[in-house]
Amino acid sequence: MILKTKMAGQVYAFKNLTDVLAKANDEKSGDVLLGRAASTVTERTAARMVLSRATLEDIYENPVLPPEKDEVSRVLKEDLSLGIYRRVKGWTVGELRNWLLSHETGGEDILRISRGLEAEAAAAVAKIMTAMDLVYAASKIKVPSTCATTIGLPGTLSFRNQPNHPADDLKGIIASLAEGVSYGSGDAVFGVNPVEDTVDNTKAILDALWDFMQRHEIPTQNCVLAHVTTQMQAVEKGARACCLFQSLAGTQLANDGFGVNAAILREAYDCIHTLGQAPGPNLLYFETGQGSEQSIDADGGVDLMTLEARCYGLARVFKPFMLNNVSGFIGPETLYDGRQILRATLEDHFMGKLLGIPMGMAPCYTNHTKINQDDQEMATMLAAMAGANYYMGVPVGDDVMLAYQDTSFHDDAALREILGLTPAPEFFEWLKKRELMDEKGRLTAKAGDASLFL
Amino acid sequence: MVSENDIRRYVAEILQDLAGQAPPVAAAAVRSAGSEEILPDITEIDLSEVINVPSPHNLEALKAVKKITPARIGVGRAGPRYLTDTLLRFRADHAVAMDAVFNEIPADWIARHNLPQFRTKCDTKDVYLTRPDLGRRFDAETAAKIKAHVGALAKIVVFIADGLSTTAVTANAIDCLKAMTDGLAASGLKTSPPFLVQYGRVGSEDDVSEIVGAEVVVCLIGERPGLATAESMSAYLCYKAYHDIPEAKRTVVSNIHRGGTPAVEAGSYLADIVKLMLEKKASGLDLKL
Repeated sequence: MILKTKMAGQVYAFKNLTDVLAKANDEKSGDVLLGRAASTVTERTAARMVLSRATLEDIYENPVLPPEKDEVSRVLKEDLSLGIYRRVKGWTVGELRNWLLSHETGGEDILRISRGLEAEAAAAVAKIMTAMDLVYAASKIKVPSTCATTIGLPGTLSFRNQPNHPADDLKGIIASLAEGVSYGSGDAVFGVNPVEDTVDNTKAILDALWDFMQRHEIPTQNCVLAHVTTQMQAVEKGARACCLFQSLAGTQLANDGFGVNAAILREAYDCIHTLGQAPGPNLLYFETGQGSEQSIDADGGVDLMTLEARCYGLARVFKPFMLNNVSGFIGPETLYDGRQILRATLEDHFMGKLLGIPMGMAPCYTNHTKINQDDQEMATMLAAMAGANYYMGVPVGDDVMLAYQDTSFHDDAALREILGLTPAPEFFEWLKKRELMDEKGRLTAKAGDASLFL
Repeated sequence: MVSENDIRRYVAEILQDLAGQAPPVAAAAVRSAGSEEILPDITEIDLSEVINVPSPHNLEALKAVKKITPARIGVGRAGPRYLTDTLLRFRADHAVAMDAVFNEIPADWIARHNLPQFRTKCDTKDVYLTRPDLGRRFDAETAAKIKAHVGALAKIVVFIADGLSTTAVTANAIDCLKAMTDGLAASGLKTSPPFLVQYGRVGSEDDVSEIVGAEVVVCLIGERPGLATAESMSAYLCYKAYHDIPEAKRTVVSNIHRGGTPAVEAGSYLADIVKLMLEKKASGLDLKL
């Protein structure tokens, strides 16, 4: 592949594809920290020029992390449809962008070539797209998924009800859960991040969520976001769960840090497939986020956005029910401010959908980042226009356990109204039956009262 | 051409119209300009007492659950959005948290406590936030100054770092430091003169330790603020710290603030830990507390 270009009279030369990918990335503090970012705006643009002329075959032939040395690369390579890849390998990244945006190309067409696209190719094309490109192209691609119920259908917008409690107090968890349900939040999943990662605690929370679902006949799914091996043991001990959760990273080294690999994920799928409460076929829930590899010194010399795409490549092997990024959770050493978090949000959603992932979003922020509530709400609205399958629902956006801010029950209800979207079908019917929501998906006067479920 | 007087008149008319539309409660709160009255501090309101759901199905149940979770529930709504006071409280809590991170420690506070200040390799707060590596090291010139300040026989070295909350430092560090040095002095243990590190990460204690050859190093540092409090400080203690020492070798006392472990109490606890570290020649997971 050609690694040099002239731009505005100056020659810009890049070391290899990995270097081009990093320098073509929109500015992210994480890439700057590791000395991988372009040093000028023109150099960044030159890298985009070079990247736009690279073919998908160039990307295939120049792996950012060699399969011999990295399990994620190995899994990605094995999962690639060579048949489809051979059909498109001659396309340049620039041609791929034009094709994705073309009126002739529909969402189904995109999903038909998706398994022939490598994760790095998805990252490459996103790097030469603008915010509106990313929203427009992603809005074509619908990826529904089914666990106990189906989310991600056209015209719907779903939410994970995230009722975390700083001491895992079951009554405290149920209180927040009830508040969220009364706002119509929780059709994606009832999902709790536990403080204590033990089998008994995980089982206790899973069962409490399940009992709440049964008592009020709520059509949704439950999950406790402990380590996947802890959840498996809880389910083996009889805990009633619909799906299992795990955080993923884009390198083997980082996944080692998370205590996870492909074999464990396969085992997890088999476990929940056999012992879980939901028919599936989509039974796993993943979280990822730009910068997670770097935060534990396990990035392998690759830029953070390309690594994020590799997470989606890894995830799709396991046909997840949901996957959301949490870019913004780590802090300003990876994504500096509101603008970088907004850009990462749109990139991640697009890359995920392009790779066939039922992508949800968690535009979020910590208090040591230069971002405020307006930035977060803008990122949320734009990703909703792009067609994100779901968001989080946190009481007033203040997660009292994880100490960061995410989308709220109020945001959930407002987004649906703004965009004319309704909850997942079964959950929508249930809300209407309980007189919490009208036909249009608008909250009724009764809504917003947790005590209906206490 | 519209005169200034015209504009004044229009504004007065508009205000009058608005006042006419406002609910009676808000209208009653209108005061003349320059009133001595002061609005209550919204951050002082105990949220566990606040329920804004209009005629809830079961008020007692709501009251009960508000006591068992700090989550912002029972908040009510304006359409699908927050009520004004829910939003203002959220923004006030976030503002306090951000200011704790982004403000510098006030110069008069530093002067009052007679603390020499040494800066890490970070030139600005921005560099500090985006370059954790630079916040752990000092340049050669600063290292020499630290060495000169601390002196030759530095067995127990204590310092304060701004970390991610300068508010936490000004609220707790002096009381905590004094209680700790008093506690150690009572056992005949002398600490080296304290100092302040600007743009310091926890790992700056490794560099300090290498520079002065400390046996025990104690770093009092501002924690990343949450919405609940911006005043929380931590102490990181390490026995014979060195560059890139595993995190498991540090002993941590966190949550030092008036709503957690009060500064004075934390200080005497730290003195006990330092004594134990000297006795067992260990810290972190190697030290059973």
